[in-house]
Amino acid sequence: MDIRKFVDNIKPTFEKGGKLGFLHSTFDAFESFAFVPNTVTKRGSHVRDCVDLKRIMIVVVVALLPAFCFGVYNIGYQHSLAVGADMGFWQMVWYGFLKILPLYLVSYIVGLGIEFISAQINGHEVNEGYLVSGMIIPLIMPVDVPLWTLALAVAFAVLIGKEVFGGTGMNIWNPALIARAFLFFSYPSKMSGDEVWVSVGKNDVLVDGFTGATPLAQATGGDLSYSFMDMFIGLIPGSVGETSTIAILLGAIILIWTGVASWKIMVSGVIGALAVGFLGNAFAPEGSYLALPAWNHLVMGGFAFGIVFMATDPVTSAQTETGKWIYGFLVGALAIVVRLFNPGYPEGMMLAILLMNTFAPLIDYYVVNANINRRLKRATK
Amino acid sequence: MADYIKLKKGLNVPMVGAPQPVVKKSVISEVIALKPTDFKNLTPRLLVREGDAVKAGTPVFADKFSPEIIFASPVSGVVSEVVRGEKRKLLEIRIKTDKQIEYIKYDLPKVEDLSAEKIIEALKKSGLWVCLKQRPYGIIPNPNVEPKAIFVSGFSSVPAAPDYDYALKDEFDNIQLAINALNKLTKGGVHMGLSRISANSTPLHKLKNVYFHVFDGPHPADNVGVQIHHISPVNKGEVVWTVDLPLLAAIGKFFSKGIYDMSRTVAITGPRANDPCYVKAVAGMSMKDIAEFVSSEADPKQSYQAGCGVRYISGNVLTGTNVGAEGYLGFFDYQVTLITEGNYYEGLGWAKIFRPKKFSSSRTYFSWLTPKKEYNMDSNYNGGERAFVMNKAYNDVLPMDIYPVYLLKAILAEDIDKMEALGIYEVVEEDFALCEYICPSKIDIQSIIAKGIDIMLKEMA
Repeated sequence: MDIRKFVDNIKPTFEKGGKLGFLHSTFDAFESFAFVPNTVTKRGSHVRDCVDLKRIMIVVVVALLPAFCFGVYNIGYQHSLAVGADMGFWQMVWYGFLKILPLYLVSYIVGLGIEFISAQINGHEVNEGYLVSGMIIPLIMPVDVPLWTLALAVAFAVLIGKEVFGGTGMNIWNPALIARAFLFFSYPSKMSGDEVWVSVGKNDVLVDGFTGATPLAQATGGDLSYSFMDMFIGLIPGSVGETSTIAILLGAIILIWTGVASWKIMVSGVIGALAVGFLGNAFAPEGSYLALPAWNHLVMGGFAFGIVFMATDPVTSAQTETGKWIYGFLVGALAIVVRLFNPGYPEGMMLAILLMNTFAPLIDYYVVNANINRRLKRATK
Repeated sequence: MADYIKLKKGLNVPMVGAPQPVVKKSVISEVIALKPTDFKNLTPRLLVREGDAVKAGTPVFADKFSPEIIFASPVSGVVSEVVRGEKRKLLEIRIKTDKQIEYIKYDLPKVEDLSAEKIIEALKKSGLWVCLKQRPYGIIPNPNVEPKAIFVSGFSSVPAAPDYDYALKDEFDNIQLAINALNKLTKGGVHMGLSRISANSTPLHKLKNVYFHVFDGPHPADNVGVQIHHISPVNKGEVVWTVDLPLLAAIGKFFSKGIYDMSRTVAITGPRANDPCYVKAVAGMSMKDIAEFVSSEADPKQSYQAGCGVRYISGNVLTGTNVGAEGYLGFFDYQVTLITEGNYYEGLGWAKIFRPKKFSSSRTYFSWLTPKKEYNMDSNYNGGERAFVMNKAYNDVLPMDIYPVYLLKAILAEDIDKMEALGIYEVVEEDFALCEYICPSKIDIQSIIAKGIDIMLKEMA
């Protein structure tokens, strides 16, 4: 326990009145990261379950790892395809790792930096929510996103998306999606088109005929060259973590088994997407985008990643169990509606989740009101 | 016959230290204490002075606003000390006990011949009235309002629970007598909740003049609030009464023997009880009297607990009161729980893949692999306080048609209409104890409910 002794020795420096008292929250964050605090219960239940938010957040991070690992490999793989280079497995992984490392450095340094400062100003403890947001943000970005725009987006997401509401637990919209939406509307040229999804150096020469178009872009254009299986496995262009449905499903299993994310939202989201997809199929003119078999939407673009990791955010999704069915269904349905009927936005998942984040309290309001009415009816019976 | 109610939600908290069915000691306390703080929303008026001699049954203090409601001494002896806190708040009245308890004798006709008014009169005069609690709010009932019905829970499912069938095995006739008396006070009758596990083996199922309801499910199936919710929920404007099973026995003894007898069988439980068992004692007994049952060292297998002290809890580990080594047993408590104070740092606790010595109902740890294992729990928070995040977790341990987080937020916002609409009349603190136990945000939820009840009481006053 020598580390503990060292921490105890330097602790007074960081307490109120100490030389570095202005770093109190920061010190506390690092201390409680390394050691479960020695605080004991004062009121109410004398014993407490050993689960805390840190554990829950780390489980989400673990669930994101398959998508992360696959994404790292896929960056290298897509690069080798684009430039026609003959790269081995580890070469691709290394290439991908070097590409994604700066994204993570920017995401965590900027995001956690703001969290630490605002915790210090408000005298709070630092909340661990950003561990997850910071992990997700690089995964939903194009790999070549300029770092300065990423830094801006992260700052915007943490400040306007979360801190102005009072921090994790109080926010209305999913912070990671706020970051993406910020970039999407502020720097559209960096966030869409065919060029941004595959990492290509300035001096690299592209292979003839390589476009880097994502399946969604192809499908909107009417000539989808990827099969269902290609998109399910995920060796395709796209945002870093969204391409492999298999890797995302592994994460979904972890989230559902541990009970951290709601399976109801995931299931009803898939039902909603299929419902709109099949409806489109039923009325589709031959050969049009609408005629694309509905199940393809589940593996294209960011649908799987969004419904598993972002629509299920316990803070911004519906809070009631009945509400979760409705909320999930509408997320899935709206995402496909945007894809099919809005030519301006090939991907609808981000907008669908943000829109339903906004309406989740309304859904809950009606579900809770039903409970209130049950109680009133019981009284007058 | 009994109706059967299946509860799916809830959680049995697997703590070591359930009592063995053996009475190890008859405690004769040198000093006992009465604590007005055991009674919610009570403003006490002291009726005795230091040095006064009392008998078992002598009024010691009364309700300032309803002076006919009195609180009696459970022993005979001399008032040795009146302990007051901030703003002279009355905390404890300590009584030095005689060697032989001397009772005030009441002359009562048979219960069958007593009218409802006479029974209420007798209960008030003897000090037994305060054994009853009123829902909403869990306060001392107003004798002038007839309740819809009276509810008793016939078992306990708390962590390291005492076995009422054992602790009250000689009290069957007294319980029957008390039920006969209480039956006269309400048209709705007396309802008793039994556990499915013991419904046919418990002697209680032979009781007469009582409606049985069998509950099948994990804790808090024994909470009388949960049982009422499923039998006949409390609506706005309605009043029901509840009474604890051991106090039913005390009421019965009063009607059979004419004395105020607060002796009870108390379970000594928890990880720091070196030999979990029962003792015969009296309400208000001192924790010093059970010192020999406390292990001075933490279990060496729990190395991180080394050197940590003992917490003495009057009551169970979820809802009891931390009274300290020199404290006294509460009026409504039939169990003492001894746990380790968890004031230690645990290096990288939350980040360990396996944490086999700690229990979590959440599958983010691996306690689900060992469903039969019992754990040495301590008072560490296991984390820092945060805002509400995991809203579903609370639903899963509250077997009521209530949205816990919405009710809690209504209380925090002091929105009385919302609190009323969302079910504040149906709950007391103990119903939310499990929500507090599992809370990953480490919020003191029972205090929020207590605050809500205080707000309602002030509003209705």
